[in-house]
Amino acid sequence: MTATKMSDWWDESHRSLYENLGGEPAVDAAVDIFYRKVLTDDRISGFFDDVDMERQAAKQKAFLTMAFGGPHRYTGLDMRQGHAHLVQRGLNDAHVDAVIENLAATLRELDVPADLIEQVAAIAESTRNDVLGR
Amino acid sequence: MAHIRYRQQHFALAADETVLDCLTRNGVAVPSSCRSGACQTCLMRASTGTPPERAQRGLKDSQKAQNFFLACVCRPDTSLTVLLPDHPAETTPVTVRGLELLNDEVMRVVLECHSPIDYRPGQFIRLFFDRTLCRSYSIASVPARDRHLHLHVRRLARGRLSGWIHDQLRPGHTVEIAGPTGDCFYAPGRPEQGLLLIGTGSGLAPLYGIARDALQQGHTGPIRLFHGSRDRRGLYLVEELRDLAQESPQFEYTPCISGPQVPPGYAAGRPSDVALRDTPDPRSWRLFLCGHPDMVAATRRKAYLAGAAMKDIHADAFSIDSHTPEDPAA
Repeated sequence: MTATKMSDWWDESHRSLYENLGGEPAVDAAVDIFYRKVLTDDRISGFFDDVDMERQAAKQKAFLTMAFGGPHRYTGLDMRQGHAHLVQRGLNDAHVDAVIENLAATLRELDVPADLIEQVAAIAESTRNDVLGR
Repeated sequence: MAHIRYRQQHFALAADETVLDCLTRNGVAVPSSCRSGACQTCLMRASTGTPPERAQRGLKDSQKAQNFFLACVCRPDTSLTVLLPDHPAETTPVTVRGLELLNDEVMRVVLECHSPIDYRPGQFIRLFFDRTLCRSYSIASVPARDRHLHLHVRRLARGRLSGWIHDQLRPGHTVEIAGPTGDCFYAPGRPEQGLLLIGTGSGLAPLYGIARDALQQGHTGPIRLFHGSRDRRGLYLVEELRDLAQESPQFEYTPCISGPQVPPGYAAGRPSDVALRDTPDPRSWRLFLCGHPDMVAATRRKAYLAGAAMKDIHADAFSIDSHTPEDPAA
């Protein structure tokens, strides 16, 4: 698939999920809750110790936008390259599990219906191998 | 892999490398100072390619449209052809009208602008020693209350600008400044919101401006200023701030000392700890954090985790440029 066709396909299959979740305002509400959970989750907070908070919050917003089925410019290679230095520090499946757990908890706090949460979790799950460089 | 093209040369960008680092590594001299995307000394323009948005923060819309960017925070994913701006930073002349030591190491510098400049207290200007060397200083004055521009310059060991300002500058000298820049200032709207101002060292400069500016603009909510130092000698404007607290019931001032000798009338501990103990639920507050970069980063994090909104946390981290060619430790 060419890049344009892939993004068309993405938009088509996920547009309704993003809209159902509430679009950008929903992402904004979720980022604050999600990012705080991540920073206070001892299993993964160490990976965020020396990052610029504002810059990281922007990345979390981009990640959540993608997980909500929204428009994004991530490629598998971006996810690989972006996390390679963390993989070297020991990033593994348990950490990815923790992130997805925090994502689901965030959506429950926002009273998102279970079936939509499952769809979001599935999108997040689909990045696992790229994130872990497998 | 992205490349940077400058004049007739091509340089490969290493992973996560900024344009500034790449050019410097390859022997191209690009002016820089704060290395954190704040002071705009490293302003460049991309004639081909689009710089990432993050590298354009703080620039005017007209500059963004022309693909100007800040080299020290520019990590492009695609190749760019870059150039230094045609015209060096526009500077404006000012005359020194006062130089007064506020404590052993902090000098209040009073500057008369030859033509009026439009500034918000808390923004900063760049003061030029010469065409190639400048440093950023936050503005402590309030246009409605102070006739001239006020800066608080702390003397740094081996500090080239601060040394010059403390030792060589005299009233009557004319110097060049650029700016004002920055978004760490009091913006009207939500006058009932609590303001938490936390500073170390000469971080008091922007906070002194912001607190008085807020009062001037009719802010009705509580304004709490916490200024800290290791010992009493590092504080300044203590009496003025106590007087301000007497005059304005909504303004509270707490001088903080983190070292062992804490006289009566001072709080013990670091200003950020004292402030957050005093305001354990900063959820709806607006915060201004100014001074040491470690304090700013740690406090931003603590406040955010305690519930403060990211967009309500304004920061001005005073970084020190240690990339001086004469500095053997660099």
